[in-house]
Amino acid sequence: MNRSTITRTAAALAVLLCAAPVLAQTGGPVRAPDAAAMATMSNKGDTAWMLVSSALVLMMSVPGLALFYGGLVRTKNMLSVLMQVFMIVSVASLVWVTYGYSLAFTSGNSFIGGLSKAFLSGVSGSTYAATFSNNVYIPEYAFICFQMTFACITPALIVGAFAERVKFTPLMLFVVAWLTLVYFPVAHMVWYWAGPDFLPDTPTDTGLLYGWGALDFAGGTVVHITAGIAGLVGCVIIGKRRGYKAEPMPPHSLTMTMIGASLLWVGWFGFNAGSNLEANGVTAVAFINTFVATAAAAVAWAVIEQMVHGKPSLLGAVSGAVAGLVAITPASGFGAPMTSILLGFAASALCFWFVTTVKNRLGYDDTLDVFGIHCVGGILGAIGTAIVADPALGGQGWFDYTKFPAVPGAYDMATQLVTQTKAVLVTLALSGGVSAVLFFLLNATLGLRPSADVEAEGLDLNEHGERAYNY
Amino acid sequence: MKLVIAVIKPFKLEEVREALIGLGVAGMTVSEVKGFGRQKGQTEIYRGAEYATNMVPKVKLEIVCDDDLADRVVEAIGHAANTGAIGDGKIFVLDVGHAVRIRTGETDTAAL
Repeated sequence: MNRSTITRTAAALAVLLCAAPVLAQTGGPVRAPDAAAMATMSNKGDTAWMLVSSALVLMMSVPGLALFYGGLVRTKNMLSVLMQVFMIVSVASLVWVTYGYSLAFTSGNSFIGGLSKAFLSGVSGSTYAATFSNNVYIPEYAFICFQMTFACITPALIVGAFAERVKFTPLMLFVVAWLTLVYFPVAHMVWYWAGPDFLPDTPTDTGLLYGWGALDFAGGTVVHITAGIAGLVGCVIIGKRRGYKAEPMPPHSLTMTMIGASLLWVGWFGFNAGSNLEANGVTAVAFINTFVATAAAAVAWAVIEQMVHGKPSLLGAVSGAVAGLVAITPASGFGAPMTSILLGFAASALCFWFVTTVKNRLGYDDTLDVFGIHCVGGILGAIGTAIVADPALGGQGWFDYTKFPAVPGAYDMATQLVTQTKAVLVTLALSGGVSAVLFFLLNATLGLRPSADVEAEGLDLNEHGERAYNY
Repeated sequence: MKLVIAVIKPFKLEEVREALIGLGVAGMTVSEVKGFGRQKGQTEIYRGAEYATNMVPKVKLEIVCDDDLADRVVEAIGHAANTGAIGDGKIFVLDVGHAVRIRTGETDTAAL
């Protein structure tokens, strides 16, 4: 028996073993299984993968995003950025398990869930969460942890827009309010649905945008567009850094930025491939798409810089990589490797133009280009998803989960483009509008901006009483 | 005794140090400094934000030596640090009044 035959036999055996418990009990897929039945539909491979993915996504925030952002600010503000990201992750975790998970992922109306699982009430080691396959479940705690890491990183993305000039405590209050009024509703609208074994009986038990048929594999709208537009609104309301355009403000450590961006890339496999909620072929599709779209975007940005400035910069390469990661996020499980590469190229070209030309022309001071990379890249990815998901281009299409068992739906690119655009507009309006109100209120009451002296001396000493570096 | 101050390109430091050791120079002080002369700074571009850096990084050497060694020190530095390009640096020579080795209390030439 040669090696490949052994592998194939082992694979066939694994399929049989996995399928065995379900088939033995029922002889076919079970509609609306109870928790005891779900226990037999949960698989160690999926569970292990989801727990690993959760840890990978946490690594994106701390230390990945913290270092990526931190390296880009001046030495005197390094520690403030690290602290903001670290605390946002910690606070968001607590908010998530207190009421965020319940608001996002329980049945309510089309806009927001209920409070039935507040304080994780009713959740235990023997409750389960649905995946994208009939009769496949993962432990609910694994799902809660995975989604928790998304709730942690999304508000942390925002701080880059007004880095170097924001007060710590009002920022933390903003984060709690923003999670409650923007993130949980948008996560519910895009990602909440009853699950493949329940939707056929309750076809309207979904979030608004899910019901419209919007495709967002891993959070182009929920994470990047919401955060990107909130960042833009925040930096406009808080105002430009003192000395912006008049004095040099170069990154204090591109070494840190490169480490951070690389950790983001690695962690993003958990973010995107983990978003399949199972460890199977589609997970591998999301994985490879995440790999190659990022590589393509990094190459594209470097080539563009070579042509425009005559030198390819490291900051450019890692900025391109992040733009590619953002753009492939909503499309990761829907596209194919070759179309993902094209999406990566397009993301770099568009984001490069945005952060080097459009930002300067409009004159706002988005310190770390949260809008120019996350929102613009996110919009490109969300709309591009409609193109790369088309089965005619090798995409995965979509599944009609109102049928039992689920069947592939008929794909129409034009219809999907309209749906994706509507989802983008709703997200922009909701996050932009609510963020504007929140920033305005906080600015008018507690004040968001430190005094001129504090800003000049740096946030590290004044807000946190320490320095990032003591040589 | 003379104090020789030389401002040179940082990457030339090792060649200059070897040349001076060859002459029998007993020690020197090296600092990383910034400044400008005829050579102007470069332009740095970070995601499209351009910064002109007016100051150029250099290395400053300070060497105290016997009067009769000073000319050869200047010549050795001038030779080792020369690339022919703008920004190679400058050498200054000053008189030194007094020198003390702290550990032993030796003075002047004996302290070098």
